[in-house]
Amino acid sequence: MSQGFFDEMTNGATDPRAIYSGVADWLRAAPPEILDARREQAELLFRKIGITFAVYGDKEAAERLIPFDIIPRLLGADEWARLEAGLIQRVKALNMFLTDIYGRQEVLKAGIIPPDLVFRNECYRPEMQGHRAPHDIWTHIAGIDIVRVDDEDFYVLEDNCRTPSGVSYMLENREMMMRLLPGLFAGHAVLPVDNYPDNLLASLRSAAPPHCADDPRIVILTPGQFNSAYYEHSFLADKLGVELVEGRDLTVRDDIVYMKTTEGEKRVDVIYRRVDDDFIDPLVFRPDSVLGAAGLMGAYLAGNVTLANAPGAGVADDKAVYTYMPDIIRFYLGEEPKLKNVATWRCREQDALKYVLEHLSELVVKEVNGSGGYGMLVGPHASKEQIETFRQKLLSDPDGFIAQPTLSLSTCPTSFQGGVAPRHVDLRPFVLSGADGVRIVPGGLTRVALKEGSLVVNSSQGGGTKDTWVLATNAK
Amino acid sequence: MLARTADNIYWVSRYLERADFLARLIEASNRISALPTTYAAKQDEWTSVLIASGADETFPKHFDVANEANVIAYLAFDPRNLSSIRSCIEFARTNARAVRTALTVEMWEHINSAWIKLKAFEQRHSDPTAIDREALIGFLDFVKETSSLYDGFGYRTMLRNDIYYFARLGVSLERADNTARVLDVKYQLLLPEHEPLGGSVDYFQWSAILRSVSALTAYHWVYRESIKPWNVADLLILRQEMPRSLIHCTSEVVRWLDAIGNQYGRHGNAQRQARAIQRKLENASIKEIFQSGLHEFVDGFITENNGLANAIAEQYLLG
Repeated sequence: MSQGFFDEMTNGATDPRAIYSGVADWLRAAPPEILDARREQAELLFRKIGITFAVYGDKEAAERLIPFDIIPRLLGADEWARLEAGLIQRVKALNMFLTDIYGRQEVLKAGIIPPDLVFRNECYRPEMQGHRAPHDIWTHIAGIDIVRVDDEDFYVLEDNCRTPSGVSYMLENREMMMRLLPGLFAGHAVLPVDNYPDNLLASLRSAAPPHCADDPRIVILTPGQFNSAYYEHSFLADKLGVELVEGRDLTVRDDIVYMKTTEGEKRVDVIYRRVDDDFIDPLVFRPDSVLGAAGLMGAYLAGNVTLANAPGAGVADDKAVYTYMPDIIRFYLGEEPKLKNVATWRCREQDALKYVLEHLSELVVKEVNGSGGYGMLVGPHASKEQIETFRQKLLSDPDGFIAQPTLSLSTCPTSFQGGVAPRHVDLRPFVLSGADGVRIVPGGLTRVALKEGSLVVNSSQGGGTKDTWVLATNAK
Repeated sequence: MLARTADNIYWVSRYLERADFLARLIEASNRISALPTTYAAKQDEWTSVLIASGADETFPKHFDVANEANVIAYLAFDPRNLSSIRSCIEFARTNARAVRTALTVEMWEHINSAWIKLKAFEQRHSDPTAIDREALIGFLDFVKETSSLYDGFGYRTMLRNDIYYFARLGVSLERADNTARVLDVKYQLLLPEHEPLGGSVDYFQWSAILRSVSALTAYHWVYRESIKPWNVADLLILRQEMPRSLIHCTSEVVRWLDAIGNQYGRHGNAQRQARAIQRKLENASIKEIFQSGLHEFVDGFITENNGLANAIAEQYLLG
């Protein structure tokens, strides 16, 4: 048992927490072979379905499975209610912040955050300045990464306002659990998540430009089958019943987007794009990109097509802006934040930088614009060389980094060949914003760091996933 | 539907149909090459297999001798051969993966599983020229099963709309081409003057042709007599009830193109060309075909069928 961590099953006691008693009983009774057999079954099924994930920079592993752990992660109805209220609040504030930044910039005038954090941000899009996103929704699909350190509080680790992925795993993991452990599942009153695609469709429909009165044509734009999240793109297109298009299927004429079909060109109204800003329009952003469509931004700015998420939304999920989120929430909503922020040193500030440099071996240092667990330093697990490399990086570009204490991420029991041991987990719930409100299905994707002691849960760094069960009963 | 989706669906079907054909062709040739030399054909069997599969031009770049081991390795397992069975399965899977939303879950999982099995087979057999007959037969069975199951899953699970029509269109068009290629390579054996008096050495060649398009049993049901070369030609060209005959495949092509045209409310060049080919076959008799030249007839068909494929691509696919 790891010391000093909140274990979600036991909380350090001999008896499990009440909501975990069913899982604990089952773990005690189930012979290890059963766990092994179920795990192998799950892997076989995932491979057959083709739920694979590509790791960049690793040719051998062109199509790899994300390891799936068969022990579910549980949340009580009371815990979820608190979390949900906090998520809604946070995403509302994120959308208001984006509307403001690209609009009147009250938040800057009020001195809540330094303007250069916005304007020197790589994700800030000057092309969007003065533009109002349809219905003032900028991040239609947000993934908010949550960790817990005790049985009370939830902390936001990171906001993902651009193209957060992982929701297909949330849905497939649930299907897998219902298939592999039907008895355990039926013994818990688990709130369903399978209405997520319907919610997504409803949110996207509501975000359509005003010209489409009733039946907007929605498509998902994918970079193509060699993208790491391609499975998810095709999965969502299938569940939504919309076309999965690539840039080469689209043409823009007179600021109207068309897709090339067997019956000629058809007008497109809403694009759920899983292509980064930089690549969506070679006329405006990277000229060498073939993943988007020339003229797409023009069509968007003319109000003829909705892009979800909106270009430039990334300015809100920057790790430096993150540190101001509690103030941003207070500023727009006049409320205290319901979810906590992890204490963060902004290396752009002299005192903070000094502290960080002195405590590199204790801290987690992240690139302000990084994602996917790339380019971060986990002090306690880093070698002397790695720490030295980061010291140089910090000194040459302090603005580009933030640092956080090494969080005591909670642990959950996780199954391995021949045993069960606690491993660190986080949670990524998916928050949908439409013109008609915010939608969240109960749960999200639980990611688990499979290496003993590791705190990095990203799938690109060898993390796995678990099914997340939000129960109808309370934890307390 | 996206033009790219239609293109991918159509090509999944074509690749799997081609893989199935190659498997049958190799099986049939295996039987012939197993015959005692007194029965051996005048034309070298493995060279003719290369020609029928369209691999005769690239093969010499990679191999010196067209013997059994080399030809089978090249046709069945060689990634350098873009029309080898393994390439066909891989391309089919790549195309399917690009449009998996247009396939039913059963179809996708089936083709994905087939690809996984193919990879496993390749790992077990690192030298494709050293695969024994037993393993080969298992592999060929697996290939035929892969195509049949994909077809079957499609038949049982797909919505009857343009996606389905394009999938069927791919099968029929590819099938017509394959049958025509066999006829083109073996036509000399089918010419009437070729029938020797008494027991025929060519009998086994004729039956091999029938086998390569899985028509041996069908032959007996249709003609109720021993194998005669003109009947073989008749069966493979003009018999509507024979699922791999040129006329049947062409009728299917017409049928699916019409279904597509009807759904879209517009018929075009592809429909017109398909109908012209069909009419020509309907008006032909085997006697006339032999009189005016079997070879010329089949050659003409292959050219027209290719032209039709181009018209389809132009009208509906990626052009």
